[in-house]
Amino acid sequence: MSPIEQDIVDEFDLFDDWLAKYDHLIALGKELPPLEAAHKNDDNLIRGCQSKVWLYAECPNGLLHFTADSDAIITRGMVALLLRVVQNRPAEEVAREPFAFLNAIGLTSHLSPTRANGLASMVKQIKFYALAYAANE
Amino acid sequence: MDPRNLLPTSLLDEFPILKQTINGRPLVYLDNAATVQKPECVLNAVDHYYRTDNANVHRGVHTLSQRATDSFEAAREQLRMHLNAAHTHEILWTRGTTEGVNLVAHGFRTFLQPGDALVVSTLEHHSNLVPWQMLAQATGAELRFIPLLDDGSLDQDAYLELLDRRVKLVAFNHISNALGTVNPVQSMTAAAHQVGAAVFVDGAQAVPHSTVDVQALDVDFYAFSGHKMYGPTGMGVLYGKTEWLERLPPYMGGGEMIDQVRLEGSTYAGLPFKFEAGTPHIAGAIGLAEASRWMHRVGLERIARHEDELLRYATAKLQTVDGIRLYGTAAHKAAVISFNLDGAHPYDVGMLLDQMGIAVRTGQHCTQPIMDRYGIPGTVRASLAAYTTVEHLDTLVDGVQKAARMLL
Ligand SMILES: Cc1ncc(COP(=O)(O)O)c(C=O)c1O
Repeated sequence: MSPIEQDIVDEFDLFDDWLAKYDHLIALGKELPPLEAAHKNDDNLIRGCQSKVWLYAECPNGLLHFTADSDAIITRGMVALLLRVVQNRPAEEVAREPFAFLNAIGLTSHLSPTRANGLASMVKQIKFYALAYAANE
Repeated sequence: MDPRNLLPTSLLDEFPILKQTINGRPLVYLDNAATVQKPECVLNAVDHYYRTDNANVHRGVHTLSQRATDSFEAAREQLRMHLNAAHTHEILWTRGTTEGVNLVAHGFRTFLQPGDALVVSTLEHHSNLVPWQMLAQATGAELRFIPLLDDGSLDQDAYLELLDRRVKLVAFNHISNALGTVNPVQSMTAAAHQVGAAVFVDGAQAVPHSTVDVQALDVDFYAFSGHKMYGPTGMGVLYGKTEWLERLPPYMGGGEMIDQVRLEGSTYAGLPFKFEAGTPHIAGAIGLAEASRWMHRVGLERIARHEDELLRYATAKLQTVDGIRLYGTAAHKAAVISFNLDGAHPYDVGMLLDQMGIAVRTGQHCTQPIMDRYGIPGTVRASLAAYTTVEHLDTLVDGVQKAARMLL
């Protein structure tokens, strides 16, 4: 696990019940800066069947930079966590990121492809960007 | 208000699946419109069939085959009685509501031509909409839609204006899965018959919650799913009036549905077998018949009154939650409460309720046009069954209150 992921795990260790955990996730969701209107378009839309996720990627000087958003606040909180882990890292590293922290904080199920929240597709899309930028270098 | 469990809470003991904890809390199952849980007697009937009677039906002279065939056809008679259909051969086995709609829509391809029209309500589950769109596309018939009023009831004046001699079929549901609206099937059917149109009713949400008498309703087709009325999945019923079933061409070809088969062509079996190609879901039919008998033992009228009482109780209590908005407020409703918390996505509410062991459905409920009509991404839906209790609904309201505090 990367130091950033370890930080997240430590952060969540402070909460001893689900309520506090979700309160924190909701707070993270509220803090996530909204995606600029220009990028909040259908090209960047990942359609979960319930909540929607938008993801936009750039790769200035070899480091990936993502911005993302969702219409559901818990999904936004999850988006914020995922972005923290992949932000400003080399593309080929991100392409191999296993997101091990999710298991440690007990939120893996949010990424199940059957969850219908768009997060599983978001991870796929993150990797897709990472692979595409890695190949371009 | 005096909240009463009109049915004994001991009913819960008949449902083994409900005795579990989810995320550390006792399960409160309020997703009954999606599928209901099965009582012990249904599980036993299916189990017993496989352990003692399993054989293919209508095919063997041996004892097991005879036993299986007898139970299978007795099941059909049980469902005839359940619907008060005039004839047992008017009960067709299907996989569920969806197959019932498709069977009829497919058959109507031979009856329709450009210039004809179909009237479909805008309160429909996708499964009672898409097959009619396909039928319209295949035949060039025009699709006309019955609009929805703000309270979630169908605009009856607009409906009457859509009817004329060009309309060959009208399709709508008995009870809406998204909003709980109970539609006036009898008067809508009578109006359609006045212009000579056939009437198809999706009864998926009605059969579990009320007494359905297809002769009194006078509908031409009535479809529902066994899994929503305490029976097994993969099993459903399509009721059709004899004169329509005789005219309608078969949906699938294969074994069981034929009379004489020659290489150059075949003749078809009589009703109901013309529509039942292949080995049927025998265990499903037996389980469904047991579910029907279970409902009768509990009492169809008692189930309906119990759920009505709970619906009123939960609706009144939920209305006290700050920021809640209910969808579907028609005077005549059953078993479904759809709502949103202002400013919260239904998905968020559903996730938090799940953490509290409460199972509700969130999203569009396969009714995208209704959600578009209200301009919302979806709703949170709590739906009731015979085993729902006042305590379940108190837990729900507490949960929604907690979710509101967290999200708003
Ligand atoms: C009103 C209504 N119609 C049709 C269906 C489809 O039923 P099934 O998926 O069992 O065919 C449902 C079930 O979700 C329903 O609620």
